[in-house]
Amino acid sequence: MEVEIKVNGEDWALSVAPADVLLDVLREQVGTKSPKIGCERGDCGSCTILMDGRTVRSCLVLAVEAERHEITTVEGISFEGLSPLQDVFLSSNAFQCGFCAPGIVLSATELLEQNPDPSRHDVQEALAGNLCRCTGYEPIIEAVLEAAKGGSA
Amino acid sequence: MTTTYPFDAESKDDELKSVGTPAVRIDGLEKISGAAEFVDDIDFGPGLLHAAIVESPHAFARILSIDTTAAEQAKGVVKVVTGKDFPYKFGMYMEDRYIFAQDHVRFAGEQVAGVIARSHREAVQAAALIEVDYEVLEPLLDPKEAFAEEADLIHPDLGDYTHVPWFFPKADTNIAHWRKIRKGDTEKAFAEADFVLEDTYRVPRYAHCAIEPHVTVSKLDHADRLTVWTASQSPHTQRHLFAEALAPLGFTHKDVRVITPYIGGGFGGKAGVSMEIMGAAMATLVKGRPVKVRWTREQEFYNTYQRQGVIAELKVGVMNDGTITAVQHRLYWDAGAYVEYGANVVNAAGLSATGPYRVPNITNDSLCMYTNLPPGGPYRGFGYSEFHFGLESHMDRIAEAIGMDAVEFRRKNAIVEGDELSYGAHMNPSGLIEAIDKTAAAIDWGVEETSDNPDTVIGKGMALFWKAPAMPPNASSASFLKFNEDGSINITVSGMELGQGYLTVMAQIASEVLTVPVDKIRVETPDTDRNPYEWQTVASHVTWSSGLAVQKAAIEAREKIFDVIHQVYGYEDDSLYLENETVRCKTDPEFVKPLREFVIDGIQTEEGTWRGGPIIASGKFMPEFTNANSDPETGQGGHPNVHYTVGATGVVLEIDKDTGRVWVRKAALAVDAGRAINPDLVKGQIVGGLVQGLATVLYEDMRFDEGGKMMNPNFTDYKIPTAFDIPDEIIPIIVEVPQPDGPFGARGVGEHTMIAAAPVIANAVYNALGTRIKSMPVTQEKIAMAFREQQT
Repeated sequence: MEVEIKVNGEDWALSVAPADVLLDVLREQVGTKSPKIGCERGDCGSCTILMDGRTVRSCLVLAVEAERHEITTVEGISFEGLSPLQDVFLSSNAFQCGFCAPGIVLSATELLEQNPDPSRHDVQEALAGNLCRCTGYEPIIEAVLEAAKGGSA
Repeated sequence: MTTTYPFDAESKDDELKSVGTPAVRIDGLEKISGAAEFVDDIDFGPGLLHAAIVESPHAFARILSIDTTAAEQAKGVVKVVTGKDFPYKFGMYMEDRYIFAQDHVRFAGEQVAGVIARSHREAVQAAALIEVDYEVLEPLLDPKEAFAEEADLIHPDLGDYTHVPWFFPKADTNIAHWRKIRKGDTEKAFAEADFVLEDTYRVPRYAHCAIEPHVTVSKLDHADRLTVWTASQSPHTQRHLFAEALAPLGFTHKDVRVITPYIGGGFGGKAGVSMEIMGAAMATLVKGRPVKVRWTREQEFYNTYQRQGVIAELKVGVMNDGTITAVQHRLYWDAGAYVEYGANVVNAAGLSATGPYRVPNITNDSLCMYTNLPPGGPYRGFGYSEFHFGLESHMDRIAEAIGMDAVEFRRKNAIVEGDELSYGAHMNPSGLIEAIDKTAAAIDWGVEETSDNPDTVIGKGMALFWKAPAMPPNASSASFLKFNEDGSINITVSGMELGQGYLTVMAQIASEVLTVPVDKIRVETPDTDRNPYEWQTVASHVTWSSGLAVQKAAIEAREKIFDVIHQVYGYEDDSLYLENETVRCKTDPEFVKPLREFVIDGIQTEEGTWRGGPIIASGKFMPEFTNANSDPETGQGGHPNVHYTVGATGVVLEIDKDTGRVWVRKAALAVDAGRAINPDLVKGQIVGGLVQGLATVLYEDMRFDEGGKMMNPNFTDYKIPTAFDIPDEIIPIIVEVPQPDGPFGARGVGEHTMIAAAPVIANAVYNALGTRIKSMPVTQEKIAMAFREQQT
């Protein structure tokens, strides 16, 4: 079946099967590779994307459910240079292997859009659905707090 | 006698410009912009095939028959393979594995057959049609049961297996390797000791849980060249093992190419060769088509390496003044069905099972037991995390028993430079005492804290750690370096960027020697056709070993630069130096020659001819002072380890007395990095490693049923920390007592930071509640039950 999805500002008409998940369609048909396959059951958060500005796990969304919705991945927020949040992530060496980074950047972006002055607890809560095995989260939490201090994301 | 080192690395502290700075990661921008490419992100076009693997549901069984007829006829299927197609053994240190099972399966999840199809869905559907008939055998799931004389044999042909010379398998038993250390007279020392404590500690299996699952794409092209794109810590080792295992098909090393882009975490789980060899082998049957094998999260848990479990029987003797006189450590390792890599974990632990202490009398027995559980293998800490749990719990108990402060007791016995190691060589320079003191100070050791909440109590704990890289004595590293027209630099190495910041550290080392800024240096991930050799990115050795190779290449490039200047201008080489990307001369302050003006095109002479040309250089490092030849009965006579990295961990935690819930309020960890090439990255290792270690003791718990099948192979049931599950405060402490042969004095720190996390929690729980827990994990439930029992 045919679905129309906007991905990072671009309109796509895609031919999908009813059981196709959005994550696979984004990666294989649109060529957007930043959402990663980590567990395929919504546990790890590495497939996190923004759907109409809200984070969802794209491994738990059927492609047909994304019909006429607007999808943003980390590629989409980097078109016009890095966001202030990404700048802080970069300068503070917040990530290690980087596999979880696209998902975490989006979860933190959503948080700062909704709550420009989050507490440490708020940040932990916003990131609790994104597993990271390398960093122990601390440098990431500190970077989000620092980005918030410096203004909007 | 202290060890003499063959290569005295240059290190002039006060002059360092790049080394020692928190440079921004050279891979940082790629990773936060979504640009970083992992194996699964590479496009292979419409010809890409997908493989699904048929796995054994039994932990131990004889394969009677495999019927692949229905699968072969299924839609989209291109090829079905079984063990018959590849009757070849492989293995890292001991060849005890087959690519696909032959006549037996030895763990639940072992690969029995593979289906290659046009889509992943079709491959999975066809795999379900394969019928395998098994004669189910009684599995051995406990290492002590496997050790028993009457135990069934998991590998009846063990005596015929090829292995490295420092392994000692016992034919007609389940003992794949027995590392013995016999030093001094342990029996006499126990008889003369004022106090002896003997007990048993248990550590279960753990999973690495890199967020990127294993994935590999292999292609045999029509010119018979096999290329494998793989998420691996070990590109050259993989090429070597693929070439060796597949040699019967006519492959030589030059025909096999391994390409490893960024990997999404390794922690040892992507070292050596595991599932990748299936992909490489299957590709040989579908010439011209790339084949992808991607593990599901479930497979990631039960069919890659797992961290081995251990039963540790420990006996330590001390004098009343606190001097340790003897250690007897008997470690029964649950090494799993295949130990081709894991036996070296056992070996490493056996060599160092005294911990970082001066011990004159030692009896270590580290026993690598085959069991019918998934293959054990390398995991950050490489055996040390496992034995430190019992050892560092024991040290606290002894200190209390003889009425000595636990920190004072450790300080008194802490190993220092020149002390004799268990195998007779001597300890390298070490900042252990400094690490102990700074960690103790950071958690206000000795100051009792009480909780404002009547339901909770506060406890403090300390534990030390040490670890040496475990590697073959001749494991080596190499690097190539070339200048570009604008004076920027490309470096190729074959260490892997696992997230630790290796590429950045290599750039900083070259930057220091050549005065070219880090952001003008690109360091590439490996392609075995193009990048020079590296043994593997394991053992926390690449900062040291590959760092030395890069440093040597940079020094060679500098010599070539000076040589060109000398040829054209006549200045003596030893009067020249580099500063801010220019060549300067001590005897002629006016002389300034920017690198970008000549590192490709050379310099024109007065006659109009040219001198120089592209500046290229190479460097290699192999430790030439090590050897693994020791007496099998005593472990004496060799020099198997290059050096140890040491440190200390301390925690302050709060426990709810009713529920057993633990909050780590503060954690401090000091590690002797020798020299922190990039302090930001060292801190990253401290924080990340500590949290990973705390997870093994507080949350993670691998469960198997009676049949040996893993019951919780997913993140819902096997809990790894989220952003909530970390200490309130972590204090990273970097100690820098230089490693004489390290690049600018550096030594590795990557694995060490998780080693003491388990005992430090056990010790703090005891400090808070008086409850001693001797088996990992130390979960909320276990604490609550033990405390309740103690109250009644």
